[in-house]
Amino acid sequence: MKNRNIAVLNITLDSYKIKIFTLCGIYIILGLSMNLINGFTGLFSLGHAGFMAVGAYVSALLTMSPELKDSVFYVAPINPFIKMIQLPFPLALIVGGLAAAGIAFLIGAPVLRLNDDYLAIATLGFSEIIRVVITNTQTLTNGSLGLKGITRYTNAWWAWGIAILTIFFMIWLIHGMYGKAFKAIREDEIAAEAMGISLFKHKMMSFVIGAFFAGVGGGLLGHLIGAIDPNMFRFILTFNILLIVVLGGIGSITGTIISATAVTILMEALRFIENPINLGFINIPGIPGMRMVVFSLMLMGVILFYPKGLMGRAEFNWDYFLKKKFLRNRKKSA
Amino acid sequence: MALLRTDKITMQFSGLTAVLDLNIEINDREIIGLIGPNGAGKTTAFNMITGVYKPTKGQVYYNDKDVTGLKPHEITKFGIARTFQNIRLFKELTVLDNVIIANHLRLKSNLFGSVVRTPGYRREEQHIYEKSMALLKDVGLEDLKDEKSSNLPYGKQRRLEIARALATDPKLLLLDEPAAGMNPQESHELMGFIREIRDKFDIAILMIEHHMQVVMGVCERIYVLDYGVTIAEGLPDAIQNDPKVIEAYLGVD
Ligand SMILES: Nc1ncnc2c1ncn2[C@@H]1O[C@H](COP(=O)(O)OP(=O)(O)OP(=O)(O)O)[C@@H](O)[C@H]1O
Ligand SMILES: [Mg+2]
Repeated sequence: MKNRNIAVLNITLDSYKIKIFTLCGIYIILGLSMNLINGFTGLFSLGHAGFMAVGAYVSALLTMSPELKDSVFYVAPINPFIKMIQLPFPLALIVGGLAAAGIAFLIGAPVLRLNDDYLAIATLGFSEIIRVVITNTQTLTNGSLGLKGITRYTNAWWAWGIAILTIFFMIWLIHGMYGKAFKAIREDEIAAEAMGISLFKHKMMSFVIGAFFAGVGGGLLGHLIGAIDPNMFRFILTFNILLIVVLGGIGSITGTIISATAVTILMEALRFIENPINLGFINIPGIPGMRMVVFSLMLMGVILFYPKGLMGRAEFNWDYFLKKKFLRNRKKSA
Repeated sequence: MALLRTDKITMQFSGLTAVLDLNIEINDREIIGLIGPNGAGKTTAFNMITGVYKPTKGQVYYNDKDVTGLKPHEITKFGIARTFQNIRLFKELTVLDNVIIANHLRLKSNLFGSVVRTPGYRREEQHIYEKSMALLKDVGLEDLKDEKSSNLPYGKQRRLEIARALATDPKLLLLDEPAAGMNPQESHELMGFIREIRDKFDIAILMIEHHMQVVMGVCERIYVLDYGVTIAEGLPDAIQNDPKVIEAYLGVD
């Protein structure tokens, strides 16, 4: 009996680690997609949770079987058309991403003409609107009850496979002519426009591509957890991704990869600080939300002491690493 | 047919008339000066021509086509490029990237082609690289191609801005105080350099400049603004001896 318990514990522990590993891949996708918009193009958008919600709902509705949908939608019956369509997981992810991109295209038209501060407020507002719409379209989304019993298709292979695809996509995009045009807009809008770059068109491209990957990331997340509801997609989710982008360096792909991994692991590792802690002489009661306090303090620390984040705009580079080491050794011997 | 013609363009900023009824005409391959005391409205005139401001009144014609009120990027595509009085380089980017970016407007490949790097895109990219390197060579910055552009000394930043503007393949180049911040040696070289680029690229140049030696040395015709009003226009010699022009400058200094 005792042995069996230990065995069960082992399995759950391993699958717990794998789940965190999988989550790292998803947060890399999300971090990179936000870095494209905010870091490389210099748009201060806070709509990520909204794009993720669209991707998560669309892809989940597409992979759920008609019977499952019937049983989940017990308050109000599901729209019969949506009930009948069912797609394989990878296709559903792509459609989820495209839906998020489509929404980005629609809201981009008015919103991308705004200046920084207003853009932030407008995208934040849009993200909340999405949540409200999802909560109130009972026959499409099951409202505040959310979707349950989603098949957990997302495993480490899917998450990291797509993360690696995303990494390569971003590297090639950023190093190509369009990526350079995005950076030009970030550096100086007036000069970029004077060099013949259409601000609106290129901001829109960046915004829509970023939203696509955010939608795919949302879809992966939904199929990892197995249940989604509107409350999952509050501003705090956007904040977490922003944290990853700022910590890693606004405009650094490697920085985002490193910090997405670090933040995801810390997020789990620091779970204990929300539990009651007994230090022997003192009993600290569990404080929910304590992790966010720690992360917010970290964010403030980084902004104060490393305003450019871990990597700044630089990318990790072996040459640089070796040269630095080599120089240091030389200095020592001199 | 004039390359550029402005028909009584006027710019008002809530009460202040920065430019009033300005008529400029520039032909192919001309080098024209636009001078006047501080605040005369010279930069505002540039901003109206390049689409940064829409004139309150009047029309801008490029090759007899009405381009008034078009967006700056559309104007640039037609063939008008510019530099800025307060240098506006892409500061964090390299010298080479600054020039490469100015080729983007003529790129034929789409975004997808650039990400998957189709053969067509790679050919275009190679061509852009070679063209940009040649431009850097023309302005004497090829050795600094990998330097961050904000690390260049002032005079070299001005040259880089000119190279960047040339990369858009203009027919008309607008230079806003290219000699500002240059030492006497550099501004002397600038005169030769401006003639060189006119000849090499076969373009017309409209230049705002306070440095009188430079203006009188290279400009074939000159327009003089004072408080937004055109007080004189003509050949350098005539302008230098025009009592109204002398008064405008003396009145300010
Ligand atoms: N966007 C604006 N809003 C309000 N007033 C403006 C604006 N731009 C320029 N002005 C005003 O218009 C007038 C002309 O300015 P402009 O910059 O065109 O002068 P300039 O001839 O280029 O002067 P300088 O030699 O100092 O560069 C000035 O009085 C300026 O304050
Ligand atoms: Mg000026």
